[in-house]
Amino acid sequence: MGTYIAKRLIQGLLVVLAASMICFVIFQYMGDPVLNMVGQYATFEEIEEVRESLGLNQPVYVQYGKFLWNALQGNFGKSYVTRVPALGLILERFPATFELVTLAVIMAFCIGVGLGVIVALKPYAMRNRFIMALSLGGISMPTFLIGILLIMLFSVYLGILPAFGRGETVQLGFWRTGLLSLNGISHLILPATSLAMYQLAVLLRLTRAGMREVMTEDYIKTAWSKGLAPKVVIFKHALRNVLIPVVTITGLQFGELIAFSIVTETIFQWPGMGNLLLTSIYETDQPVIVTYIMLAALIIIMANIVVDILYAVINPKIRYE
Amino acid sequence: MLYSYLTDVSAIFGSVILLAFVLAALLAPWITPQNPYDLEAVSLEHFLTPPIWMEGGTAPFIFGTDDQGRCIYSTIIYGCRTSLIVGFGVVLIAGSFGVLMGLLSGYYGGKLDAITMRIADTFYSFSTTLLAFLFLGIFGKGSILIVIIAICIADWVKYSRTMRGSVLEIKNAAYIMAAKASGSGDVRLLLRHLLPNAMAPIFVIIAVDLAVIIMLEATLSFLGVGVPLTEPSLGMMVAIGKNYIYAGMWWMIVFPGTALIMLVVGINLFADWLREELNPKIERKA
Repeated sequence: MGTYIAKRLIQGLLVVLAASMICFVIFQYMGDPVLNMVGQYATFEEIEEVRESLGLNQPVYVQYGKFLWNALQGNFGKSYVTRVPALGLILERFPATFELVTLAVIMAFCIGVGLGVIVALKPYAMRNRFIMALSLGGISMPTFLIGILLIMLFSVYLGILPAFGRGETVQLGFWRTGLLSLNGISHLILPATSLAMYQLAVLLRLTRAGMREVMTEDYIKTAWSKGLAPKVVIFKHALRNVLIPVVTITGLQFGELIAFSIVTETIFQWPGMGNLLLTSIYETDQPVIVTYIMLAALIIIMANIVVDILYAVINPKIRYE
Repeated sequence: MLYSYLTDVSAIFGSVILLAFVLAALLAPWITPQNPYDLEAVSLEHFLTPPIWMEGGTAPFIFGTDDQGRCIYSTIIYGCRTSLIVGFGVVLIAGSFGVLMGLLSGYYGGKLDAITMRIADTFYSFSTTLLAFLFLGIFGKGSILIVIIAICIADWVKYSRTMRGSVLEIKNAAYIMAAKASGSGDVRLLLRHLLPNAMAPIFVIIAVDLAVIIMLEATLSFLGVGVPLTEPSLGMMVAIGKNYIYAGMWWMIVFPGTALIMLVVGINLFADWLREELNPKIERKA
């Protein structure tokens, strides 16, 4: 088990390194940030001066080595636009994204798996057909459209829920939370719902399909014929086996979730990391984009490793391969 | 299989919708009153016109116009063209490449397999959406072709993972052994025996992927990193409509949004039927 974890960690490290290298190479060809910064009336000497002050006149490998060395110490350079450290800029917005994404995942998982079980037990009942039709709508609506339709319905026409920003927030140490006031929570409802909806529908359909397969297995028939209570058969025998792939896929969807949080944050003007990334892309703010990519890579890879290890714990077959 | 298709109402319904959209996209110039991206046909005189049945609506703009005076109905039809070009383009390119890589790595195994699958796993966990977004965000918008390429970069791994699994399953089947024993070369074995027999799950992936890519293109264009401003796109229409959301001009969002949902629902209905049809483990309606 120890070697397995070590192997996965080293692989993860290699991926992060590859990501950093790709980032770096890409940015060499991405246009000149100096020209954007100095404005159109700068003289040649002024341009060179800025270039030198940012260290952009050195050879690529020196720049990459420096970047890597600094990155290890948590220093990703300063934003070209706001002139403050990029990592600080992103970390400051991390709590907003974290709260949004966590709430969305919890909503998607609980409601998705719960409804999936209910629907699988009586697949042809009228009510369950209706739920399935809704879930089809859920996987057929891109997140941005769900968000906009929610704003139209709840903010513009009914006027009961706020459509942008985080509302009131409370500073707890380094963490700025919106969960401690009613106003903050009301601001969270629409963005979290639109972020959760697609995942919810996917999990529902996955659970349903898994349950339908498992319910035909012999060991379930045995459990029924032993006269066990339906609760025990469904949750202890059937659902446990279905949950293994469902949990794995939830873990693997992390990248997707980060991508869709960019979309959701843009629509709801949520002051999170995704919103910052989109602005930085429009402004060609390299250090912020690179820091975001590195951070996203780190989060995704860590999530993957955790899922892999959990999976190996549950399923001994994997460990010995 | 044909029988089950003909008795499945939602499968027929889904494919009729998809077919209707494909036809509409092909016939676009003949069934729309204006080409919304032909500057000569569009006039600012009719900007922000509501749908024809509302007060202020004028013919021929049945669903109204946007802030540039483009007919919403025509833009939707032309936008579907973009959606379908991107969707089928990606499925064709990423699908062929992914199937090929899956076939080779499943059959030969070894180093090739290890490297391909490591790349595939990494790309898969970063997700097509995130990679395509970053790629387009960094390289900027150019044309529909760049959008297709950006999506393909990550999308092929879905096909190769599935194909590899499917090849591994049948690789040691008796008929493959028989073909090998009777002296088939590698190329013949791969293309004539393995490929056709391992293809079934790929069809399901194609159907599901088509829906996912059409939504992805709309999302990218909505964010402003997708197709350029000079091309029609359903996602971009919604992005424009978003600016007028508080002015009560709902038609700029609701009509393109509905078209997008209908197209994707149609594909997904068909995909659902295909998935259940090709999965022997699920008990069909008795």
